[in-house]
Amino acid sequence: MLEIKALGHTYADGHRALTGIDLGLERGELVCLVGPSGCGKSTLLRCIAGLQRPTEGTVLLEGQAVERVPDGLAVVFQDYTRSLFPWLSVRDNVALVLRRRGLARAARRAAAEEALEAVGLAAAARKYPWQLSGGMQQRAAIARALAYRPQLLLMDEPFGSVDAQTREDLEDLLLSVRGDHGMTILLVTHDIDESVYVGDRVVVLTGAPGSVHTDLPVRLPSPRDQIGTREDPAFVALRAEVGRAVRRT
Amino acid sequence: MAADRARRMLLGALGVLLVLGALETASRTGLVDTESVPPATEILARAVEMAGDGEFGGHLGATVGAWLTGVLLAVAFAVPAGLILGSVPLLDRASLIVVELLRPIPSVALIPLAILVFAEPARVERSLVCYACLWPILLNTLYGLREVDPLAKETLRSFGFGPLSVLARVSLPSAAPFVLTGVRIALAVGLVVAVSAELRAGGESGLGIYLLATQSGGGRPDLMLAGALWAGVLGLVANGLLVGVERRAFRWRVR
Repeated sequence: MLEIKALGHTYADGHRALTGIDLGLERGELVCLVGPSGCGKSTLLRCIAGLQRPTEGTVLLEGQAVERVPDGLAVVFQDYTRSLFPWLSVRDNVALVLRRRGLARAARRAAAEEALEAVGLAAAARKYPWQLSGGMQQRAAIARALAYRPQLLLMDEPFGSVDAQTREDLEDLLLSVRGDHGMTILLVTHDIDESVYVGDRVVVLTGAPGSVHTDLPVRLPSPRDQIGTREDPAFVALRAEVGRAVRRT
Repeated sequence: MAADRARRMLLGALGVLLVLGALETASRTGLVDTESVPPATEILARAVEMAGDGEFGGHLGATVGAWLTGVLLAVAFAVPAGLILGSVPLLDRASLIVVELLRPIPSVALIPLAILVFAEPARVERSLVCYACLWPILLNTLYGLREVDPLAKETLRSFGFGPLSVLARVSLPSAAPFVLTGVRIALAVGLVVAVSAELRAGGESGLGIYLLATQSGGGRPDLMLAGALWAGVLGLVANGLLVGVERRAFRWRVR
């Protein structure tokens, strides 16, 4: 579904963020991207999203070169506070993007409320983003992306600032919705446990300029379970393997 | 909050009373010439009388009409112009320089030219007010657009929205508080220009015309000051209304 070929990016100031990235995602796959900070993970996401044109290589989506923002894409940015519109209520933040889905006003609101309910924010629908805690804002940003029903969902450290319990809930939510309408997900995280828990594959990037260091398939039974999966010897072994790979980068 | 507000209002009222008291005393004790500066209570009494005077009301209404028309025209020009100029990076830089160059020209310096071009006093007044108000609104719109968070724009872009949608749904709401501040400044500037234009360009009615009339026959400082007081009231009310709008509409900015 997504094919990245020999992708590299050098910024105007000479900073080389990415080099020679080759990576493919099958439809419906959930791939986690881990790597040391500053390894160009965010740059890679921006290039895939068509928000930035890479200086080398190509990104193909369904065989089409990505030259601008493709249809059916949603991005959850790392900086969720800046990514939510402060002049709109949480519900309207979600409902706004559904305009692109051609829904009528009432349908947009209903879909928004449904998505907020799924992330446990039903009670906060009419509040404004700045009235919510950081974790709640992050959940609102996730709800917005999920409500959009993208074919490709890019997430940049989406569970970074939520408490451990909410984090587990959101990981499981992501696992439960991923099967719906064949959504393909690329998730950037610095949490090795998380990458193994939610991923079908874990891709480890090297330090700057980032390139693919290791590409590990995760063969763990589904559905995954926060307690059971994490004590599975296969999980523990994979986690160690990813951890070693990150260390070596 | 409520106690805070009451306290602020009390202090404000106290300040006003103190100044009025000082003026009254200065005048009554002969510290200043009563002929040129009448006691504060007398000015206030004249101002209250004038409120019921239909003729003065007509003058005041004429000024308000020209003032608000000029400001609205300026809004209608400056906001779209600002949006267009501000969204194109090259134009943005170039226009900001032009605005910064034109802005320092005092609008009243253009009164003779406006009289020459427009002749009719009401048109002179409206166009000068409009001209003077263009700059603060345009400038604030341009700066407001610069302050729009690039990530907010990128967010909407990433959901597949085009540049026009991003402009209307992110840039405009995000810059709106700046635009409104521009309008608030423009209102203050516009009132000065409106009255100045009336004083210089003449015409049938207007606060400036009324003030000119009070000069005749030896002059009536009490009426002059009462008239000026009304101009102050206009400015105060306009500002207060807009501050109210700002507080209500842009609650999201107060964080």
